[in-house]
Amino acid sequence: MVFHSVVLDDEYCKGCTNCLKRCPTEAIRIKDKKADILKERCIDCGECIVVCPYHAQDSITDDIRDLNKFKFNIAIPSTTLYGQFPLEINIDRIYQGVKDLGFNYVYDEGRAADIIAITFDDILENRTKNLPLISSLCPAVIRLIQIRFPSLIENIMRVESPMEIAARMAKKEVMNKYDIPLDEIGAFYLTPCPAKYTSIKEPLGIKKSYMDGAIAIKKVYGDLIRNEKKIREEEKFSKGSSKGIGWSRVGGQSMTMGIKKYVAVDGIGNVIKVLEEIENGNLNDIEFFEGYACVGGCVGGPLNVENPFIAKSRIRQIYEDDKYVIERTPEEIKELKKLFNSGYLSWTEEIAPRGALKIDDDIFKAFTKIEEINKITQSLPGLDCGSCGAPSCRSLAEDIVCRGTSIENCIFMIK
Amino acid sequence: MDKHQDDSKINLEYDIIRNDFKRAGEASSDIKSILKKIGIDSKVVRKVAIVTYEAEMNIVIHSYGGNIKVTIKSNNIIIEAYDRGPGIENIPLAMKEGYSTATNEVRELGFGAGMGLPNINKCADDFKIKSTPEGTRLLITINF
Repeated sequence: MVFHSVVLDDEYCKGCTNCLKRCPTEAIRIKDKKADILKERCIDCGECIVVCPYHAQDSITDDIRDLNKFKFNIAIPSTTLYGQFPLEINIDRIYQGVKDLGFNYVYDEGRAADIIAITFDDILENRTKNLPLISSLCPAVIRLIQIRFPSLIENIMRVESPMEIAARMAKKEVMNKYDIPLDEIGAFYLTPCPAKYTSIKEPLGIKKSYMDGAIAIKKVYGDLIRNEKKIREEEKFSKGSSKGIGWSRVGGQSMTMGIKKYVAVDGIGNVIKVLEEIENGNLNDIEFFEGYACVGGCVGGPLNVENPFIAKSRIRQIYEDDKYVIERTPEEIKELKKLFNSGYLSWTEEIAPRGALKIDDDIFKAFTKIEEINKITQSLPGLDCGSCGAPSCRSLAEDIVCRGTSIENCIFMIK
Repeated sequence: MDKHQDDSKINLEYDIIRNDFKRAGEASSDIKSILKKIGIDSKVVRKVAIVTYEAEMNIVIHSYGGNIKVTIKSNNIIIEAYDRGPGIENIPLAMKEGYSTATNEVRELGFGAGMGLPNINKCADDFKIKSTPEGTRLLITINF
């Protein structure tokens, strides 16, 4: 991977060990009192952004000025936006505020999630191998699987995320409605998450994303609050149903698709534990696994503003509210299933394992190195204090053998 | 864990203690992590993971204790699981899916579903099993 959304601002970094310890792929080292991200290991999950007390870790996303690149701009708000404001505020007023930022059109991501929720049962019906099916929604989890669980790649469902489907559907809708050529339309995601932005720049499972950029929700949050107060009249926007909106919290996918035998897990550390179980063959009786890097699901994304638990509660209330139910006619369902079966919503490219944790290309050389690493690990104090700049004594030993780091980085070795 | 290497193979060896549910799964987890780090094909890793996990749990749950030995060669991986008894009474029955002799206590911990040996059998390219009251020995080959 060349592009990463998660970046470090050296100026704010104190070289503390908070992010070091929490990185799920051990991609962070502290060098000269500053954190350094090993790019080949980073999965852009944003865990380091969440835990950094000094806000030194951040995420690159686009700005409103990037709308200048296109004649016609569509905003595609993540369904997590529903959880960012008190439920008394009419979401149409929020969407009007989004439009007033400089967009020509707003397309609710929930509409795309609805399409998958309606059409999904076909995938599961014919599936007997490689169960549980693993949701492709969270890109950080997919990248985690590429690095740490490559044998589970064949369990991942080859269906695009609502974000990507929304971009395709929105552009199609605008082309039909306003007769504007595709290359003059820009689609921007209001994103809760850096991993989604990375997926736009370097997509998984497709050649090129229909999404042209993404703007962090927290970047426009203030404007949306201020705009909402000023709006005199708001449009009535086309929106997703309670089902589609429900996707932004953990468990939402399984619930809306009516799957009974599912496991839903949030928080990247927990996801790792359950993926280990799947790899050991302990979840073969489960049909569907949805895992999220963030606590609470996408509502816990680091680029949101609202507390994840409050946002999650709001999404649940919407999910249970009859007001948000949309009844589909059999014709509509048939039409959507046709679209689904045409492959329009599916991945076209295979995703490959990322051997970032591999120690050497030669099996036997790698093993000799592991023996050396074990020997060094045993000579280290085993405190995993992080003072050396590596997340654990074992990873320092690995750095010594594979990256030429000096053992004298360990403060106990020089004492 | 003990390991040693000669020119063409790698050996990993682990002692497994009976009824030790605190450590149960650590040996197979370590084997899996090593195979991944040395770059063994992911499909092979998954098979070895399942085989060693089931064998380890079998020793913990059903035996008086034993050990697991993994030998990695250039074209296959051989897994030997040995325990010190009390032996499997009826091997064909134990190979049947869902058949289990695990106690209720063990089942409450979420183990003993009777899938251990059948799962091993599914992953193995070759599977030999020998059992007497003095001990049980599994010999599994997984080809690259």
